Amino acid sequence: MLKVDNIHTYYGNIQALKGISLEVNKGEIICLIGANGAGKSTTLMSISGIEPPRSGTVILEGIDITGMPPHKIVTMGMSQVPEGRRIFPQLTVLENLDMGAYLRTDKEEMKRDLEYVFELFPILSQRRHQIGGTLSGGEQQMLAISRALMAKPRILLLDEPSLGLAPLIVQQIFGIIVRINKEQGTTIFLVEQNANMALKIADRGYVLQNGIIVKTDTSSALMADEEVKNAYLGV
Amino acid sequence: MNKVLKEIRTSALSALWMMILTFPIIVIKVNTINMTVNWRWINLMWVGTGTFILSWLWRYLLDRKENGSGLKKTDTKESRRFSLHKSLNDKKMRIPVLSTLAVLVLVLPLLVNFYQVSIMTSALIFVILGLGLNIVIGYGGLLHLGYAAFYAMGAYSYGLMYLYWGIPFWVALPLGAVSGAVFGLLIGFPVLRLRGDYLAIVTLAFGEIARLVLENLSGFTKGPEGIAQIPRPGFITKLSLQGATIYLFYICIALVLFTIFVMRRIEDSRIGRALEAMSEDDIAAQSMGIDLTKAKLTTFALGAIWAGMAGVLLAAKTTYINPGSFTLMESVMILVAVVLGGTGSIPGVILGAFLVTLIPEYFRALSDYRMLMFGVALVVMSIFRPQGIIPRVRKHYIVGEDQS
Repeated sequence: MLKVDNIHTYYGNIQALKGISLEVNKGEIICLIGANGAGKSTTLMSISGIEPPRSGTVILEGIDITGMPPHKIVTMGMSQVPEGRRIFPQLTVLENLDMGAYLRTDKEEMKRDLEYVFELFPILSQRRHQIGGTLSGGEQQMLAISRALMAKPRILLLDEPSLGLAPLIVQQIFGIIVRINKEQGTTIFLVEQNANMALKIADRGYVLQNGIIVKTDTSSALMADEEVKNAYLGV
Repeated sequence: MNKVLKEIRTSALSALWMMILTFPIIVIKVNTINMTVNWRWINLMWVGTGTFILSWLWRYLLDRKENGSGLKKTDTKESRRFSLHKSLNDKKMRIPVLSTLAVLVLVLPLLVNFYQVSIMTSALIFVILGLGLNIVIGYGGLLHLGYAAFYAMGAYSYGLMYLYWGIPFWVALPLGAVSGAVFGLLIGFPVLRLRGDYLAIVTLAFGEIARLVLENLSGFTKGPEGIAQIPRPGFITKLSLQGATIYLFYICIALVLFTIFVMRRIEDSRIGRALEAMSEDDIAAQSMGIDLTKAKLTTFALGAIWAGMAGVLLAAKTTYINPGSFTLMESVMILVAVVLGGTGSIPGVILGAFLVTLIPEYFRALSDYRMLMFGVALVVMSIFRPQGIIPRVRKHYIVGEDQS
């Protein structure tokens, strides 16, 4: 579904990604784990077109999307939950969700998706008229995921959904991510620092270190791997 | 008791500081004819007591604001002060209030003298400018300090088109809007990647560049001497000075109404939502599928259209334009109108524009100090009421379900 081939991304003169290649198949949950500053978010931003790579290709469902502007990529069925949630703080929950469906015109379908999102996160339904900025961190993350879902993506990119949240909330959110994957068949590409949690729900994982992918395997194999255990799982 | 002592000490200190600071200009006066120095010690006392009282008052207000005491008081005051705005939102009151206003505006030129009508016309032109800049700052969230350049573009497009081709007002008005928009796009392209302070600096520079070009391209624009004898709009036949001024007043009223109408449409439109998202968080907006390039360019072009029209109106009103009317100060004044009135709020910006134009006009004695006044007003506002005199009331719309 998504194939990233040897991408190099720079911030000015600083090279953040030094040839990343990875592949996500339809219906999978794939996670990318790594320490702070390894280039996880950059990888995601390169895929979604916000920080386009200087070389290499990104192919989504057979179409080369490298260097395409981000709003075009959204129309191709990829949507992302940016790092740090980035909801619109002055808009209500409903308006935030409506923003997510900015490019859609199918009113009836949108209504159904809205209901689905409220079913996933009943708390958002209760707070539908509340201003986004007044939600708690966990609710904001739920809103950010819901907002991305409103674009009806075939592949969903998530950047650190566990950031700054209580363990219980993290568990709840990861549960929902699995549910979205199962119920909607949405392919999920997850970038996480919380390797333990991410590997638990993912089918396969990639380990990123200093802009290079150093390891890739199935989740269970990675969880059993001594190096990964020592470096990321803290066992 | 302790607190009062502390307040006295702080105020006394600031009074002392102010006395030292102003000593050279307030106390010493050199008489160059007799070669003597006058020591005006009495002035020092005035500065001291004045500062002491003002500082006390300032601290008292700050204290009140922070403790939230007197909140109830200001609330009731507010509801009285902005009863006009409130009654406009109230459906029952809407029609009577609006029709009274309309009648007042329509008969105004018959009631007051010619000079007042002329001032009002200037104020109305400023309202259009303010509302235009409000698109860029209030809706788009882009700080633009070169807005006077768009204004100049409109004025000069009428001036030059009249000078070279004899084009009349009514043709120049839409053409002025178009040339404003084109210029807006031209400025928009190079600043696409900039944000915040950097955007402000670059737009400021562009504003000055535009003025300098107008000043130095003497062969084409007649340089600093400006373009004179631009005709006022005629109604069927050429009107008298009086008649033309009143006619222009009505034209301005109509255009202000048109501007308000368009602003309200923009607020509710898809573009408005895109701008809203952009001003709130541009990365998130991009991942929602909003084309940032298009949104930014639209903002600049939409803002510039109104400046262009206001420029044509200005040229028609004063019949004379020169680059001196479009300095940085002009951009700043428009910005002050928007920020003082309430960024993003239509009634706020209208009020702000009236304040900024009418206060220096009616208090001629103070007009030398107007920059000082607006400076003080902005400082006071940003501490006590940062959202403006009439803050923006965001309309929340209901999506995908019935309003319940």
